[in-house]
Amino acid sequence: MLLQDTALIYGRYLRQSLRSRFALLFGVLMPLLYLLFFGPLLTGLPLGGSGSSWQVLVPGLLLQLGLFGASYSGFTIIIEKSQGVVERMRVTPVRRLALLLGRVLRDATVFVFQAVLLVPAAVATGLRAPLGGILIGFVFVALLTVSLGSLSYAAAMKVDTSQEFGPLINAMTMPSMLLSGLMLPMTLAPAWLDALSHLMPFRYLVDAVRDAYVGSYTTVHMLYGVLVAVGLAVLAVTVGTRVFRTAGA
Amino acid sequence: MPGTHKGEVVGYGYVPDGFTTPLPAAQAARQGPVEAVRRIDLTVREGEILGFLGPNGAGKTTTLRMLTTLLAPTGGAATVAGCDLTTDPAGVRRACGYVAQSGGADPNIGVREELVTQGRLYRLTKDQAAVRAEELARDLGFADLLDRKVGALSGGRRRRLDIAMALTHGPKVLFLDEPTTGLDPGSRADLWDLIRRLRDAHGTTVFLTTHYLDEADALADRLVIVDKGVVVAEGTPGALKLRHGGSLDTTLQDTFLAITGRGPAPADATPVSV
Repeated sequence: MLLQDTALIYGRYLRQSLRSRFALLFGVLMPLLYLLFFGPLLTGLPLGGSGSSWQVLVPGLLLQLGLFGASYSGFTIIIEKSQGVVERMRVTPVRRLALLLGRVLRDATVFVFQAVLLVPAAVATGLRAPLGGILIGFVFVALLTVSLGSLSYAAAMKVDTSQEFGPLINAMTMPSMLLSGLMLPMTLAPAWLDALSHLMPFRYLVDAVRDAYVGSYTTVHMLYGVLVAVGLAVLAVTVGTRVFRTAGA
Repeated sequence: MPGTHKGEVVGYGYVPDGFTTPLPAAQAARQGPVEAVRRIDLTVREGEILGFLGPNGAGKTTTLRMLTTLLAPTGGAATVAGCDLTTDPAGVRRACGYVAQSGGADPNIGVREELVTQGRLYRLTKDQAAVRAEELARDLGFADLLDRKVGALSGGRRRRLDIAMALTHGPKVLFLDEPTTGLDPGSRADLWDLIRRLRDAHGTTVFLTTHYLDEADALADRLVIVDKGVVVAEGTPGALKLRHGGSLDTTLQDTFLAITGRGPAPADATPVSV
């Protein structure tokens, strides 16, 4: 039942996404710009770690893609609320978890697709990384998207207008990016900043993917990264499902 | 008697005879203690068209949303089509259909796709849903629009689609929230015929809220008038006119004024033909 319901919701929203090719490709733009115009600046710098600057930058860019993309996915729900679509679905027997999972799985698909587009571009600019590492990177993008997407939908269900929602999300994404070491590794940071960044879940994700990109699959970073990624996803999906169950908006 | 605390009032209901007996209770709105619904006890008989009439802010939509499991009541009990609202919400969902005031179809999706998805949300198979979509479109008179986008439908047709979506699974009870608000007089009359047909042909119980007194008068077998979250009068239109207006020739408008002390809705509620 849950599987069928999720597949139904997933199919509906995926079809919607596929209809707008522009929206699908637009998300790649920001990371691509960083890749082309920021990446080359790093090639000579000592960034720590055992790989090239590209092996440090690209993991951060992929997670940035997930961070900014998935955090804003709640906007679509605000629109659907005003159209009455959310209520209409909640009146049917469809499982509440499916209403959330179908949507976040669609988001994960879209963002992994964009990540898959980004990697060849990165290879063209100079990235060399093991295939296993690249695939692991995609898995982390998917998990991040599921987490942030769920939280975004949950927040959007509680908020009444997009005017309230935008600033709320804006206030969270930029600091998150900076404090997680997505652009440059936090190993370069002074002690106080490094310590602060350990409070950010995304720090553990990017460290894990950076390790994967140099072929180190069994490090402590990888362990923490997996734990945080999975834990965050489970927590976020639980919160999101609860909101779909009880929202009285 | 239930008590009150912090602006939440627990409703109190009883279960009388009658197949369908919805008994909603109270809930406090999110922004501070606003009591949308204070205490509502009512019974709806199977196969009847019940008109839920009241001024703005009377609690009509909130009541409907509680009965369709969208909102959790803070107290009281309700049974919809034999299923208890708190212990068997899934049963309630299977047995009822709901058409919100602003509908619920995505304007950017095709009519057929929305109908088929709706069928599958109600657990029909893909084939069953496709057949049902065609059937509904035929019965409700928009078969020629199946391949258009929902947003391309005019007001009256769009409302028919909304109703079709609520009827996908053949529900025993249909909840309509202000079904003809914003429609032209021709579409309104068409919709009234449709609602009557549904009840006559399928025995569907219809629970509709409305501002329009002519609609209440024309459609409803019985009326329940609410004001400020409580029931203030109930009965057939004729009985209400006699009791509160003095005679059967009283208009429902005057009857309503007599009961609530003011009009049902702001000036734009009644349709004006030009």
